[in-house]
Amino acid sequence: MRRLPWRVAELVEVRHETTTARTLVFEVPGWPGHLAGQHVDVRLTAPDGYSTQRSYSVAAPEQGERVELTVELVRDGEVSPYLTEILEIGDQVEIRGPVGGWFVWRPERVAPVLLVAGGSGMVPLMAMIRARREAGSSAPFRLIYSVREPDQRFYLDELASPDPGLDVAYIFTRKTPDGWARPPGRIMPPDLAGASTDIDSFVCGPTGFVEAAADQLIALGHAAERIRTERFGPTGG
Amino acid sequence: MAIVSRGFFGRRGEGDVKLPPGQYLTHDFPVLSAGPTPRIGLDRWEFTIDTELGETHRWSWADLMALPSETPTLDLHCVTKWSKLGTGWQGVSLDVLMEDVETAAEYALAYSYGGYTTNLPLEDLLDGKAWVAYKYDGDDLTPPHGGPARLLVPHLYLWKSAKWVRGIRLMNEDWPGFWETAGYHNYGDPWLEQRYQGD
Repeated sequence: MRRLPWRVAELVEVRHETTTARTLVFEVPGWPGHLAGQHVDVRLTAPDGYSTQRSYSVAAPEQGERVELTVELVRDGEVSPYLTEILEIGDQVEIRGPVGGWFVWRPERVAPVLLVAGGSGMVPLMAMIRARREAGSSAPFRLIYSVREPDQRFYLDELASPDPGLDVAYIFTRKTPDGWARPPGRIMPPDLAGASTDIDSFVCGPTGFVEAAADQLIALGHAAERIRTERFGPTGG
Repeated sequence: MAIVSRGFFGRRGEGDVKLPPGQYLTHDFPVLSAGPTPRIGLDRWEFTIDTELGETHRWSWADLMALPSETPTLDLHCVTKWSKLGTGWQGVSLDVLMEDVETAAEYALAYSYGGYTTNLPLEDLLDGKAWVAYKYDGDDLTPPHGGPARLLVPHLYLWKSAKWVRGIRLMNEDWPGFWETAGYHNYGDPWLEQRYQGD
């Protein structure tokens, strides 16, 4: 089998998601395409030849040679400050992928889906939501998206737009919007309880969040083999 | 030749540390796994080695505790790019577990509570290169990190160090495991940067 090559990726579009996160759209000549939920490796090289790599989830389904990432700033990180604050339209990085054949949703799958996002764990789940919409899939999707505060939500306008069959619920752990019924707090079983456990679940976020949410799904009667998880540690920026 | 990213200078920091290509140093201990964390009671925990001839060797938790253990200090390299150096473990060497196992098999498939599998050549488990570990940093290994016991094969990427390990099947033929059938490299040597199929 052929080695996945590093490809030159040029930044062609930027969208600000929050004060600390932005979506980067790259044009990657030769890109072979990808599935919703997969990730890519990004490599940065300095003038003296030093280079470093990180993995980022892709935020949108396959769209020709475009690869869209949403990157959250990790203050003491090495790569995310560059990607969120320095990289400009026309600048180049290198991308290798796609990677990961497990945490993916395929449009031909018709089973109902539960998406559980913690913080920037929303990114690969957004790729799934967009893939569903683009494919005209009728698989019912339910998103539970946990953030610390209201202004930390990614893709807010898009998730507020009508998308029949997609149900969106927010959990605020620190501070809620005014008049919000659920008090601020971490994810709990009532947040995840629903009519059926006959669903595919995708859980993505920091380790503690994923541990809690997956344990709660198990306790609610979900089968472990239908819960797919993706975790990221506090480092990795 | 890699292209240079304008305005990127990088952070060398701990410059005298030698890491495998493409890895960066971390001091915390990230967790990666594909599904929920299984919880296994020690009363029903067991570890087995099945040979290619159909012979089964079995250890209860008490059996494992009664075996001589080692306390290796190991460098860990995860395919997701982080490396963590000088981690302290306690566990039983696979050499001890294999002592009475008669086999001519060349391949091993480690399997876990929760259904995870990973494959590697049997020789990579022998001669002081692998352990069934049950303590990390002096404490019982917690479930998110693979407790009560996990395989440790530190010279390969960490996905080969199966968490919640339940047994090892010895085989004449190579049988790709969970990540090995999902696009990751069959062998996974971090020093050769064998991350994905074809690397």
